Amino acid sequence: MHADPAGVLTGAHFIDGDHACCEGALAGGCRFVAGYPITPSTEVVERIALRFPEVGGVFIQMEDELASSIAIAGAVWGGKRAMTVTSGPGFSLMMEHIGFAIMTETPCVFVNVQRGGPSTGLPTLPAQADMMQARWGSHGDYELIAVCPNSPQECFDLTIKAFNLAEQYRVPVLVMMDECVGHMMERVIIPKPEEIEIFPRRWTNAPLDEYLPFEPGEDLVPDMARAGQGYRFHMTGLTHDEKGYPDMTVTGQARLLGRLIDKIKKNAAALTDVVEDQVDGAEAVVISYGITSRVAQKAVQAVRAKGRRVGSLRLRTAWPFPEHLIRDLATKVKVFIVPELNFGQMVREVERCAQGARVVSVPHAGGTVHDPAIIVQAITEALR
Amino acid sequence: MSVENPAERYLRSDRMPHIWCPGCGIGTTVNCFTRAIDESGIPMDRLAVVSGIGCTGRVAGYMHVDSFHTTHGRAIPFATGLKLAAPDMKVVVYSGDGDLFAIGGNHFIHAARRNLDMTVICVNNLTYGMTGGQLTPTTPEEAIASTSPYGNFEHPFNLPYLAESCGAVYVARWTTYHVTQMKKAMKEALLKKGFSFVEVISPCPTLYGRRNRLGDSLDEMKTYKTRSVIKNGADTKEVDLGMTGSIVVGKFVDRERATYQDAMEAFYSRKLGNRYVRASQ
Ligand SMILES: Cc1ncc(C[n+]2csc(CCOP(=O)(O)OP(=O)(O)O)c2C)c(N)n1
Ligand code: SF4
Repeated sequence: MHADPAGVLTGAHFIDGDHACCEGALAGGCRFVAGYPITPSTEVVERIALRFPEVGGVFIQMEDELASSIAIAGAVWGGKRAMTVTSGPGFSLMMEHIGFAIMTETPCVFVNVQRGGPSTGLPTLPAQADMMQARWGSHGDYELIAVCPNSPQECFDLTIKAFNLAEQYRVPVLVMMDECVGHMMERVIIPKPEEIEIFPRRWTNAPLDEYLPFEPGEDLVPDMARAGQGYRFHMTGLTHDEKGYPDMTVTGQARLLGRLIDKIKKNAAALTDVVEDQVDGAEAVVISYGITSRVAQKAVQAVRAKGRRVGSLRLRTAWPFPEHLIRDLATKVKVFIVPELNFGQMVREVERCAQGARVVSVPHAGGTVHDPAIIVQAITEALR
Repeated sequence: MSVENPAERYLRSDRMPHIWCPGCGIGTTVNCFTRAIDESGIPMDRLAVVSGIGCTGRVAGYMHVDSFHTTHGRAIPFATGLKLAAPDMKVVVYSGDGDLFAIGGNHFIHAARRNLDMTVICVNNLTYGMTGGQLTPTTPEEAIASTSPYGNFEHPFNLPYLAESCGAVYVARWTTYHVTQMKKAMKEALLKKGFSFVEVISPCPTLYGRRNRLGDSLDEMKTYKTRSVIKNGADTKEVDLGMTGSIVVGKFVDRERATYQDAMEAFYSRKLGNRYVRASQ
């Protein structure tokens, strides 16, 4: 299926990442957005509010992020592709409904334009310090998907991708932007609608009295119904069986959680999305994501200019973490260098997979990006 | 000859027996609700029931319609998204006093302000049933709850007044003693366009009733009977509840105001003319 032309502003644009994210959502078929203003993400919903009435979308500014993060679930079960957009404090409030979307297999998109925290922190300045919250912030055990754009173009591309993955796997997908990519202006190419692939909702075509709303297909993902089709289905955030009825037993829990986790874990390889640069034969590999990957690239080039073999690996998908890839690479390189705008979050994942290869964290408290010289120094010392 | 109980076709018989205690009032409200749906003529496939968490929150799971058991306090925002996405559905939020007015209070006032086209039914048992009988925003002064072991000194909400002040277009209160009137109010609420609110005062004999020595649920029915005063059109400011004194019941508010969706569509049509594209179902 291809994008609905109504939502696609084909052409070359000079816009920031927040605006590009909005256009990605529109192109990705999003027709319901609930949000609550928060810097540095507000421009996304502002543009949505402007654009939606002309494309048959509904935008509502809710009373808080708890409301917006569950209003999107309601809209999804009413048949829409839906998203909410926020930053740090709002993301914290949304945690319960990330879990709800996981448990009820509600395909939806959460955008977090990361700013410095904790608490109100640095409202207008960048950080990448919500990466572990994205992974583990809701209570209980689960798997989900998170993508990390490093440019306005990728804010557009990866938002479309987020909608498609949400539908394919019936999970919430998190678009983990940061204030820098959110506010930097660059050229963004929006392709023609027929060049944009859309993964449609997995509508069930089961006969009315035979439909089991949570009976998985071969890929462990169930087909979906929406309110009003006559299926008279039930859904709940309680542990449930294939009918969607509460099944609060040890076996029920093991069965449901096992499937919810497996449907992502077993597809981790297919979900891996990285950009490799001269990784083959490298002594050291710099692993980065989001805005930091652009600074890291500068540093890598500087070290290469001095004749060292340094590779770069950029995560476009942070969760599920591309474990197999790092484990494989760990047998070939001496050291991984992991710069990020936090005190060391994704580096823990790298350490977990490093199997003896050295891992060097290049932390940063946030508020701005790394000075490339710091990363150059870290690579140089790591290679000594 | 067996006669089908009219409630049955609206319930998920494969989920019976339900979890509610003997003498609990929630079942009575559900019985009335099924009859209200029946009389309203709303097709079952056009009806969605959304609940939060609590004993009353389990209602959604027993209704044989598209039904959603959401998170604590958030049934209304879920219902908001559902209604805006599927405007031809009649959306009913069915939940408890704590769910709707403690953790979910913010959503209630905003949904009423927006006049979202939905019906909210609150089973007000004056306590948190599911978690063991704690204080709730509607617990009367002096009443004992597990977290107010010496009695409650907080001032409770007067729900009809709150609903009216925030903009609800239909507001009624009955008790589980008033089954005929309750059913009629639920039916009127279902058929009312806009934000309609029905409060049902209901016994929780297991927790609230026992702690406050109100006897069994039959005794509570007798109390409802003797304490209730029917005052349709009463000034909602004056219908607050205490441990003793009258329980004012009736239809308090029935008025017209553009719903959120009608206002939105009229507004965009006026501002944007034919650039405005209505959301498709
Ligand atoms: C976020 C959150 N906080 C607390 C709870 C625990 N909890 C479950 S039900 C409930 C209160 C329910 O009371 P009420 O809404 O009055 O419904 P009742 O059980 O009396 O019908 C609470 C506090 C929860 N499930 N989620
Ligand atoms: S605890 Fe109270 S409210 Fe809950 S089912 Fe029992 S009687 Fe009803």
